[in-house]
Amino acid sequence: MFCVRIQEAPFDAAAEAARLAQGRTDVGGIVTFTGLCRADAAAGGTGLAALTLEHYPGMAEEEIERHVAEARARWPLLGAIVVHRHGRLVPGDPIVFVATASAHRTAAFAAAEFLMDWLKTSAPFWKKEERADGPEAGGWVEAKASDDQAAERWARDRAQD
Amino acid sequence: MKILYFAWLRERVGLAEEEVAPPAEVATVADLARWLAGRDEAHAYAFENAAVVRAALDRRHVKSDAPLAGVREVAFFPPMTGG
Repeated sequence: MFCVRIQEAPFDAAAEAARLAQGRTDVGGIVTFTGLCRADAAAGGTGLAALTLEHYPGMAEEEIERHVAEARARWPLLGAIVVHRHGRLVPGDPIVFVATASAHRTAAFAAAEFLMDWLKTSAPFWKKEERADGPEAGGWVEAKASDDQAAERWARDRAQD
Repeated sequence: MKILYFAWLRERVGLAEEEVAPPAEVATVADLARWLAGRDEAHAYAFENAAVVRAALDRRHVKSDAPLAGVREVAFFPPMTGG
């Protein structure tokens, strides 16, 4: 089963992962990643009170689906689930979930990392921070060069295939 | 054509979306960004550092030299910070 969902509601990581093996016996491994809203999202200053995630409805799903399709072309996946939340989240809240299923672990690990790396840099989501000393103290989170480099690594790998 | 703005571009323009009819010489994404920037102060502020602004045509990422011919929906946004 391959599934991409964008939602405001929380998700149940264990229940999502279980869906990948439900009713089948060919799955040998499921890799899951859950991204959480972290309190120290920015260095210095006061603590993070909340994050608001804005997204581009329609494109967000399509962009992630394109990367799931590419992951399926690169690795022998038996299933993948990507869930990304939007709206206002507080530290500790789950933001994103990626699960991949395959007969063997290598493909599942690699595909999960591939999907997360592309999700960070190409899925149309934007985070705005609220600081403990008021909403005006926060601001839009800036993209990190290290995230771009993580995603570009996969493009280089592809060039060498 | 329909223009969508996200994150700080939306805040600076003061609109989430607008319908525009640029002249024929506006042929690429970069042309459109320049033309929009000339509309008023809010748009000029949004596009003041055009090099950091990303774009999508009909929900696909594109570079600034991408042609607009046949496009229905253009989105402008900062680098993405999801995940």
